[in-house]
Amino acid sequence: MRECLYAMSYRNDPYDPKQVALLDPAALAEAVATAEVAFAAAANPDELTALRPAHLGDRAPASLARREIGALPPAAKADAGKRVNEARRSIESAYAARAQVLEREQAERMLVEERVDVTLPSDRRPAGARHPVSTLMEQITDFFVGMGYEVAEGPEVELEWTNFDALNILPDHPARGLMDTFHVAPEHSGMVLRTHTSPVQARTMLTRTPPIYVICPGRVYRTDELDATHAPVFHQVEGLVVDRGITMAHLRGTLDHFARAMFGPQARTRFRPHYFPFTEPSAEFDVWFPEHRRGAQWVEWGGCGMVNPRVLRACGIDPEVYSGFAFGMGIDRTVMFRHGVSDMRDLVEGDVRFARAFGYGA
Amino acid sequence: MRVSVSWLREYVDLPAHLTPADLEQSLVGLGIEVESVVDLAGTVTGPLVVGEVREIEELTGFKKPIRFCRVDVGDANGTGELQEIVCGARNFAVGDRVVVILPGGVLPGDFAIGARRTYGRNSKGMICSVKELGLGDDHAGIIVLPDSSPAKPGDDARPVVGLDDVVVEVELTPDRGYQMSVRGIARELSHAFGVPFRDPGIASAPAGTEAPAYPVEVRDPVGCDRFAARMVRGVNPAAPSPAWMVQRLTTAGIRSLSLPVDITNYVMLELGQPMHAFDADRITGPLVVRRAVAGERLTTLDGVARTLVAEDMVISDAGLPNPISAAGADAGVPISLAAVMGGESSEVVAETGNVLFEAAHWDPVMVGRTARRHRLFSAAAKRWERGVDPALPLVAVDRAVRLLVEHGGGAAGAEILDIDQVSAPTPVVLPADLPSRRVGVTYSPERVAALLTEVGCTVVGGPDRLAADPGAVGVAAGGAVSFLVTPPTWRPDLTDPADLVEEVVRLDGYDRVPAVLPAAPVGRGLTWQQRRRRAVARMLADQGYVEVLSAPFVAVELADQLGLPADDARRRAVRLANPLSEEEPALRTTLLGPLLGVLRRNLGRGQRDLALYEIGTVFHPRAEAGSPPAMGVEHRPSDAEFAAADAVLPEQPRHVAVVLAGEVEPGGWWGEGRPAGWADAVEAARSVLAAAGIPADRVAVRAVEHAPWHPGRCAQLVVDGVAVGYAGELHPAVIAGLELPRRTAAMELDLDAVPAAPVRQAPVLSSFPPALIDVALVVDVDVPVAEVQGALVAGAGALLESVRLFDVYVGEQLGAGRRSLAYKLTFRAPDRTLTVEEAVAARDAAVACVAERFGATLRGV
Repeated sequence: MRECLYAMSYRNDPYDPKQVALLDPAALAEAVATAEVAFAAAANPDELTALRPAHLGDRAPASLARREIGALPPAAKADAGKRVNEARRSIESAYAARAQVLEREQAERMLVEERVDVTLPSDRRPAGARHPVSTLMEQITDFFVGMGYEVAEGPEVELEWTNFDALNILPDHPARGLMDTFHVAPEHSGMVLRTHTSPVQARTMLTRTPPIYVICPGRVYRTDELDATHAPVFHQVEGLVVDRGITMAHLRGTLDHFARAMFGPQARTRFRPHYFPFTEPSAEFDVWFPEHRRGAQWVEWGGCGMVNPRVLRACGIDPEVYSGFAFGMGIDRTVMFRHGVSDMRDLVEGDVRFARAFGYGA
Repeated sequence: MRVSVSWLREYVDLPAHLTPADLEQSLVGLGIEVESVVDLAGTVTGPLVVGEVREIEELTGFKKPIRFCRVDVGDANGTGELQEIVCGARNFAVGDRVVVILPGGVLPGDFAIGARRTYGRNSKGMICSVKELGLGDDHAGIIVLPDSSPAKPGDDARPVVGLDDVVVEVELTPDRGYQMSVRGIARELSHAFGVPFRDPGIASAPAGTEAPAYPVEVRDPVGCDRFAARMVRGVNPAAPSPAWMVQRLTTAGIRSLSLPVDITNYVMLELGQPMHAFDADRITGPLVVRRAVAGERLTTLDGVARTLVAEDMVISDAGLPNPISAAGADAGVPISLAAVMGGESSEVVAETGNVLFEAAHWDPVMVGRTARRHRLFSAAAKRWERGVDPALPLVAVDRAVRLLVEHGGGAAGAEILDIDQVSAPTPVVLPADLPSRRVGVTYSPERVAALLTEVGCTVVGGPDRLAADPGAVGVAAGGAVSFLVTPPTWRPDLTDPADLVEEVVRLDGYDRVPAVLPAAPVGRGLTWQQRRRRAVARMLADQGYVEVLSAPFVAVELADQLGLPADDARRRAVRLANPLSEEEPALRTTLLGPLLGVLRRNLGRGQRDLALYEIGTVFHPRAEAGSPPAMGVEHRPSDAEFAAADAVLPEQPRHVAVVLAGEVEPGGWWGEGRPAGWADAVEAARSVLAAAGIPADRVAVRAVEHAPWHPGRCAQLVVDGVAVGYAGELHPAVIAGLELPRRTAAMELDLDAVPAAPVRQAPVLSSFPPALIDVALVVDVDVPVAEVQGALVAGAGALLESVRLFDVYVGEQLGAGRRSLAYKLTFRAPDRTLTVEEAVAARDAAVACVAERFGATLRGV
């Protein structure tokens, strides 16, 4: 704007038509060369911009030369005009070329200058974690939910009836004594801290009608002092199926399928006869774990069997019509052998370093 | 139970070359857990020989007496010269034959034997004890071979002491009492290997005689349904137990005491029949088998004086007057705690010459109760509790009498007592196809019958038999073939068809059961409560909290440490009758106690910045709940019965809690860290409610005073007007008392009290530009921000899209007790661009509302 006003005022200035030296080809070439040298010397776009008025402004030699053309004889006008325009174009293009170079240089310099160390640690937010027992419990639950099971739950302070009697663990049976039970005071309160997740089986059968396909994850209690392989509080997951025509082969198929989901396609189960009052026939089962820390091997995993008809009867299900299977395993134990945990206390004590090692992913 | 294979081989024809692995696998396959199989031949290497002690020179001047011996080891040392050995034991004399390990031998535990100088003499080898050979725990002295042993100096000592044997240690399930014997395990092995079994339990034994071996009166046939006895007179009290018997007892972990007692233990191990040997001369009158009278006393063989209760059963000596008059005139004085342990007064002693062997059959329930009551889990009690074959007494007595006569001299009494009131096993009706239907393997009826016969059942079969006995339980429908199965006397565990099914699949092989996936019906997935717990857990972990699964056991004093008021419901806790630690007898009523314990443990292990969370159950006893009603198991309890029982259980809501200490955001290359505080705890609580799906506008936060929080820094979280939890900084006194870091903050919510998440309605999104207006309001400092904001929102009307507090300022120019709250208000209309006038009007209305309610003034913009 200012330049424009200035030029308009300039036009009214008197001029000397004889000063045509400006139109001299050598002078024009000189102007071009001077501009090119000046532009080349500019170190950045700002310096270049500052050079513009001197070489392309109204008082720049090439601009002044153009003003002389009008005073030339008509025959000379075309020739002079052509020369002046060429010179001016050369200067313009030299400017543009230099501008481009400088802008690119500046952009590149900026990228260099703005460089940071991306390897700086990303620990501005402290790491949280889920407990591996919780994560595994959810994983197991999801597996069975995917097969159509539902999740059943029950109280941790449980009736002796559901924890024992309904499961055919009668008061004078030695199995009851083997359970290392925490009793709720006073002595004969009829309540215990549940010794297994199996009372949830009884509750489920009392409150649902077959077909029943449930999984019962939860906390259980035994009067074991805490040491490397025992804890008074630990976790189990229990499965229960009651339907028409359920066989031990179904139990086996379910556990094999589960074993593969947990331990890879090579995994499988092995049944050993065992005794549980609430199942008959009963078995303990081992799993073939190919990725065990100490090499592929059979690992004791849990207990299972066909639901004892006495249990079905106590829970109001007709054993002549329905049969079922149940299985259960320790979550903490599974975490231990699956992840190479050598000391049970690590699962119980809540040292943040332990859980953090597992993160909180699925 | 530990038993040697050589003993088993007496009754079952095991393969000649049986590897420990095969043995283990076959036992495991039958459901017998194998603790260990030890081939003793490999446990001691090098020259282990029989030696005869020829000279003993007592060395003195040492801390203990030492013997320098010259021992004849035959040619075993290559020279035939006497072997010089220093020995610290003293239980042998010149002429005794002992077990010597010569230089070059290695004892268990990699104990290499060499020639060495000790106690000033050269000792070339060692005379061994039972313990040193790994045969037992007896280290009282070295092994002295009994006179009966034919071994000569220089003989390999391994077969002599049983080191040529294989010892298997098994763990048995509590239903199978019959397996607690050589008889039972040999029977199982005969199934596994398909080899002949000679049952020592059905050997022919002389029947009871008219005249009793000793006068016995059984007054309680429920507690004792069989009692057999026989006398051996004129036994040589000095007669030792034969070496093989001692060795087998040692292997089983039983110490040799005297010949008669060793025989009772031997017969118990062999047949599974616990027995007792009375010194007949130490009983004065007839024996009475009866329930105890409460308060009666008896000193058992372990030297413990016990006070009996009325349910215990005793054998009493009617020749002695009972000091308790209630016992009755002829009750006698207890001399044995029946079935569990004998008494001191009638036990066999060093001079016993007349021995009365007793073998009875006791009620397992009675024995179990007595054993638990007196904490006396003797080898006998364990067998009784699990079930003993009632057909055994006469066989056992006969076996014991023969052994004693053979090894102790004396004469067997002609009279044999047998008071037998045992009822025969109850037959079970088994549909022949039940095993196939339950297991999923097709077993032919013939196979089922054969397998059950193999375990000792009597199987009579077919529809004919059923027609004759139609009332039986478990009859299959549709006229299917059924068997009438009578279990053998040693299998009291076989009472139901399912028990027989297990025997079929067990013998046929569990590994033959195929894998078939059942088709589950379509499920409904997780419940919203289950999904919510996961969402909350995941959110907290994502926000930097580490999950803890703490034990719920707490000290009673915790309530004081948390500063809970006297009437606080959290003081009423469920107590355990048998806590692991007397210091922590109660169950938690708040997650904070155990969680703060875990916080302290982590601090103790060098962590400084901690954010922990737990989702778990707390326990609140019901007031006046009483006891659950008794419910049977023959049929389902009624809904009312079960509901009444359930109502007795404590309330067990699921809580979520966090605790924070140190920095919640650490310092680092980016700048300073930020210490954790009350605001983080409140934020965690709000985040939990957000993760639970509760819209923020249904959540209110109120300042309250609530232990264990700082009275000025405690927030109550309220959803729909119902308090669901508390958050803030802990009370300084609690922090000091529990030795926590300053400013430790915590939050605890009752997840079960948080209502279900609503189905949220979508907002209408306006694409017109917003009008942003900042306002700074000066109000008294004691007006809660939440209320100021509520007034702003209420006043602003429908055009207000969002409101955000971006600054709180306290300064002199505001005046004492005042503060400035700067808000960014965003207005937007759904259908048009707001004019400046509209936005300003809405702002003014918002400000006016705050001004009206709280006397707020606008601060210069």
